[in-house]
Amino acid sequence: MIANDWIQILFSLGVTVLLAPLVGRYLAWIYKGPHLSLERGFYRLVGINPDHEMTWKEYGAVLLVSNAFFFAAGFLVLWAQPVLPLNPRNLPPLSPELTFNTAASFVTNTNWQAYAGEAQLSNLSQMLAITFLMFVGANTGMASLVAIFKGFTRSGSQTIGNFWTDFVRFFIRAFLPACFLMALIHVYQGSPQTLRTQITAHTLEGPPQTLIVGPVASLESLKHLGTNGGGFYNANGAHPYENPTPLTNTLEFLEMGLFTFSLPFFFGRMIGRPRQGQVFFIAILTLYLSGFALIEYSERMPNPLLAHASVEQQVGPLSDGGNTEGKETRFGITQTSLFSNTTIAATTGAVDGAMDSMNPLSILVYLVHMFLNEEPGGKGVGFAGLLKEAILAIFLAGLMVGRSPEFLGKRIESREIKLASLSLLVTPLLVLWLTGISLLLPSGKSSMGNPGPHGFMEVLYAFSSGNANNGSAMAGLNVSTPYYAILLGVEMLLGRFLPLLPLLALAGALARKKTHPETAGTFKTDQPLFIVLLLGFMILFAALTFFPPLMLGPLLEHLSLLHGISF
Amino acid sequence: MKKKVILDKQMMIEATVQSIVMLNPFKLAKNPVMFVVGIGSVLTTLMAISSLIHHSTELFFTTTISVWLWLTIGFANFAEALAELQGKAQALSLRSTRAETTASLVTPRGTVKIPGNQLKREDQFIVEEGNVIPTDGEILEGVASIDESAITGESAPVIREAGGDRSGVTGGTRVLAGKIRVMVTNKPGETFLDRMIDLVEGATRQKSPNEIALTILLIGLTLIFLFVVASLPAFSSYSGIKSSPTILIALLVCLIPTTIAGLLPAIGIAGIDRAFRANVIAKSGKAVEVAGDIDILLLDKTGTITFGNRQAVQFLPAKGVSEEDLIRASWLASLPDGTPEGKSIVRLAETHIRLSNPPAEAIPIPFTPETRMSGVDTPDGEIRKGAGDAIQTYVGGPFSPDLSESISSVARSGGTPLVVAMNRKPLGVVHLKDVIKPGLKERFERLRKMGVTTVMVTGDNPLTARAIAEEAGLDDYFAQAKPEDKMALIKKEQEKGRLVAMTGDGTNDAPSLAQADVALAMNSGTQAAKEAGNMVDLDSDPTKIIEVVEIGKQLLITRGALTTFSIANDVAKYFAILPAMFVTAYPQLKILNIMSLATPVSAITSAIIFNALIIPALIPLALKGVRYRPIGASALLRENLLIYGLGGIIVPFIGIKLIDIALVLLHFT
Amino acid sequence: MKIVFQSFRITMLLMLICGILYPLGVTAIARILFPHQASGSLVMGASGQVIGSELIAQGFKNPRYFHPRPSAALTPDGSGPQPYDGAFSSPSNLGPDNALEIKAITDAAVDYRKENHLAVNASVPIDAVTASGSGLDPDISLSNAMIQVPRIAKARHLSLLDVQTLIDRIKKGPQFGFLGTQRVNVLKLNIALDRQNP
Repeated sequence: MIANDWIQILFSLGVTVLLAPLVGRYLAWIYKGPHLSLERGFYRLVGINPDHEMTWKEYGAVLLVSNAFFFAAGFLVLWAQPVLPLNPRNLPPLSPELTFNTAASFVTNTNWQAYAGEAQLSNLSQMLAITFLMFVGANTGMASLVAIFKGFTRSGSQTIGNFWTDFVRFFIRAFLPACFLMALIHVYQGSPQTLRTQITAHTLEGPPQTLIVGPVASLESLKHLGTNGGGFYNANGAHPYENPTPLTNTLEFLEMGLFTFSLPFFFGRMIGRPRQGQVFFIAILTLYLSGFALIEYSERMPNPLLAHASVEQQVGPLSDGGNTEGKETRFGITQTSLFSNTTIAATTGAVDGAMDSMNPLSILVYLVHMFLNEEPGGKGVGFAGLLKEAILAIFLAGLMVGRSPEFLGKRIESREIKLASLSLLVTPLLVLWLTGISLLLPSGKSSMGNPGPHGFMEVLYAFSSGNANNGSAMAGLNVSTPYYAILLGVEMLLGRFLPLLPLLALAGALARKKTHPETAGTFKTDQPLFIVLLLGFMILFAALTFFPPLMLGPLLEHLSLLHGISF
Repeated sequence: MKKKVILDKQMMIEATVQSIVMLNPFKLAKNPVMFVVGIGSVLTTLMAISSLIHHSTELFFTTTISVWLWLTIGFANFAEALAELQGKAQALSLRSTRAETTASLVTPRGTVKIPGNQLKREDQFIVEEGNVIPTDGEILEGVASIDESAITGESAPVIREAGGDRSGVTGGTRVLAGKIRVMVTNKPGETFLDRMIDLVEGATRQKSPNEIALTILLIGLTLIFLFVVASLPAFSSYSGIKSSPTILIALLVCLIPTTIAGLLPAIGIAGIDRAFRANVIAKSGKAVEVAGDIDILLLDKTGTITFGNRQAVQFLPAKGVSEEDLIRASWLASLPDGTPEGKSIVRLAETHIRLSNPPAEAIPIPFTPETRMSGVDTPDGEIRKGAGDAIQTYVGGPFSPDLSESISSVARSGGTPLVVAMNRKPLGVVHLKDVIKPGLKERFERLRKMGVTTVMVTGDNPLTARAIAEEAGLDDYFAQAKPEDKMALIKKEQEKGRLVAMTGDGTNDAPSLAQADVALAMNSGTQAAKEAGNMVDLDSDPTKIIEVVEIGKQLLITRGALTTFSIANDVAKYFAILPAMFVTAYPQLKILNIMSLATPVSAITSAIIFNALIIPALIPLALKGVRYRPIGASALLRENLLIYGLGGIIVPFIGIKLIDIALVLLHFT
Repeated sequence: MKIVFQSFRITMLLMLICGILYPLGVTAIARILFPHQASGSLVMGASGQVIGSELIAQGFKNPRYFHPRPSAALTPDGSGPQPYDGAFSSPSNLGPDNALEIKAITDAAVDYRKENHLAVNASVPIDAVTASGSGLDPDISLSNAMIQVPRIAKARHLSLLDVQTLIDRIKKGPQFGFLGTQRVNVLKLNIALDRQNP
């Protein structure tokens, strides 16, 4: 690493730390104030009473029904691609299983791309299916988080707010304007934004070259601000049209963090304990930065297997060195590490380099991020997951202060533990079992793009990403087969809604409870000790649950590399 | 009488027998974590039998694992049985005192002698001087001095009498003087002691809400580890390794939280036992646990914070009255007054000046609720003493400023001003002072550090209440309280989400006791109070609640500490078992065998042995409870996290390594 | 039932806003403000024909041109390799311990040395022998460019200094002085070469 790398790191960190509290404050303002007249117009137009209060069951029902509609709409648009306009290349529809997979992937904010955008989707599909689903998927996550906050802000209440107001406020006052503004900056830096599709270039050496353009920039800003991750092109953020300059690369991972890193501050403001927000932020940032450090170290590590190839792997005055396989020259190692760490930590899933060619310790970080899925995690749901872990950590260790555990004045009792545990069970079950099943079945193994532990990691990564609604992939694994397209589609839906419903129920249960005043015997959760407790619990829990696959995947591969063993 | 933990050889034998009886699958199913171990034990046993039949080389290994799995369950059962037996032994030692008593049953035809244990509810019996009271009851008639040392250890006799708040008697205590008619208040077998015995016996013991929540979490963790272990055969098949069912079962049992699951019942029972050792009978495990959670403790002033009676400490003559006149008048007015206050005035007066020969023709004027004064009519005139306002009415005009000042200064200092007047002319003020029990200030300070707010409830005026509250080191006071105000206060605090504890003995305390979250009734109190409370203090010491709070906190801490310890242990077990499973296929994983255990077989065996042995090793801690110190929540958590969290990670590394060394020495590899 | 109708109406409205109005709005403003970038940063030839995009690599093979990094891009249906065509983008997706990857890099290094007349054991820059993330990486590292200078100078009969000066002119440092790496755009470099030495 050279001085320049440190400046880039400190710059990104500085922007994040500076913006997060401000955006958090803005979000709290959005949700605390009255309706805007624009919003009232929206509600009138669709016939909604924005002041109707919902119980958690009604909230959950509205969330599921509306998402079913979003899913259906996206599915239909993709399926009807050949008969819809803006398809000059006469692209056929995606296969039924890919259509299902894609609609599921985008409505759940996963944005796993089992299709190749530039080759298989028309501009209308990119707009009406992909862009639309990216907006509503991210917004649903945000709304559910706001509902979960109500569990802490309300006392003795049967209701947890109104799904549509929670949905619309963020959409109109933050999400849409931010996407619009950033899209223009992406165009300025070089992302195409046009309704044309195909351009044939006559290259200098002679052979023609196909260039695919389209409404790329409008998808690009949304893809990161909504922690969606689905790109216009197959190579996603590595494609020069999606991510033309180091500035766009930096903007993109800062966009991913813009709303997600502000959530702790948002939470702190909503519950009237700003310090609690800061403490959560520090906890999140600690994991985030540790992840980055390991990735940067790992990607700069020379590959011992290339020792005899006489390849310059060290950073020099004229080249960046490191593991450049699958990385773009303009970004280099540090920009790619910053991007990949953020994209996984914030559950975006966009990539600016090939995840499959990353070194094993980097993949270890990605996997752990996805297992935890909450530092800061995706739009809304990630932070909700963090609150769940906080509840469990406080319950376990909180007994050790000699009081029945309570968190932010809410006593944690068997119902809360039941719901939090239920939500916690989903990840191990889906990730471990679906990986295991795929390792036993020929249709699971035949898709692998690499042998040995790396191939194992491809499968593990796929199901971790699907469950975490992350969407990034070790793309050597061919998931456009019916087996993976269907299994991953189902997993993404389960990974989204199975943990979310218990969390809404948890919010309902907490909102009903009286807020208990603090005493000298109450464990204060806005102190450094809480950070230690929370991180300790999260890491221990993830380690205990996923130690076997982590050992057989990244650790084994890393040790093999050190021993000079190839597969 | 502080009861010691009873641990003798016979109890150990009995507990061992019990732990085998408890292998009953229906019993095991109540503890899902141990039930999983049970299934694992059965499976490994079957596999061992199968390898015996097929002469497999696995026989020795499978048998060893199977034996240690059975031992794991056995140790857990042993812990529970031991805790139950201890509680039972303590309760039985009390009950035995009254087994052979006879009772004089009152019948329409006179009294009949019957064995004490044949008394039914609402029977009446007579106890005379020197006899043992056969069962719990309430005095209907008479007064007696009773020796309660058999249950409280306190040698000083106590007075129990009909009608008041001290009408309850306990079976097993002895009447020293007096004769009382008592009504039986409990059905046979349902005295507090019987309930206590039921409570520690598994049959009727209900899990407390907190214990239920923890059990749910433990089930959740067990499921997760089940998912983990179930996925392993698929992972190893990818690596071309055939996984051994014995090793998988061993890994599962090591990972699921057997330590805490095995000790959880024992911890709960031990909490009740500890309360009992402090002479408090809890009516449910929940009551003890909730005691650890209380936010506010309501304390009666009289009898709890102060000794029941006030003492005269000073005479303050009015302007123009000599001190001697005031003292003499006070002395005269108090001589016929048998109350402790009156006696203390006499005592104080006699230390000040030589007094003798009260006039023979003095006529005592007793206290009446109408006049609210008492006194004496002497030939020299009438002397009256009473509260300021009563005397003011008697005098028929306002007091002089200096007298009013004396009255309020006494009140401000927490004392009770008693105004003495002669022939409707005020002479001055006697300062009666509440005497605060020694050592309370420290105990309240301790409570404050635990986060418990102490509130004194008194009928005194606010000035007096404030002064006493300050002197005793209380956080707050509630003055001029009527009995129904206490109820309102409890409800108000509960409305704010606080948990309230109180002590009480009178019948008029009963509704508040029923309303409070933790209610400690005095054994000397009325039956109604004892029924309404959720704990009874055999010593009838209102400050005992502080000990109960600590016991409750200790109970929660012990549970949390052992849970944390149990889960933290898993790290080392992973490092023992997983490399052992895969190192033959991938020698590069050798570096993960950080304990450098001798062989895969010894590694797995060491882990499972450690997992089993840690249960009996922690039984003393589970029974005794983790020490509680009121040092603030964060400091306490930091300390316990270090000991049980970090310690829980480190200890098994050492333990497993030592067992491995031992196994190597025994050539078991 | 109310929920169903509300959800339906909202879905329609949001599709209109997010799927039509938003991208069209961005397109309209982008066309006014940044027409060059919005249409794909195209490079036009003398006769107005499109000769490529500044942002997309072209598969130069001729020794007279600077060569881009290896491309692992496939045909759109994934049936076989089709490097440097914008119709599809993809990385190699090979792991660092995959024997194929080690062989690919070793072989590429041998070819690279041969192409540029380097010694058999000469160290080669790693970006020159590893496939990029998109398969369309328009840039190469400066050390990669410098090694190619003698070959190009020889093929075009230019002095080494001429070619090096060209690199210095076209190369880009980190953006704003600190973002990203220093690099040089291969297409721009080759266009400049052609301009200087047709």
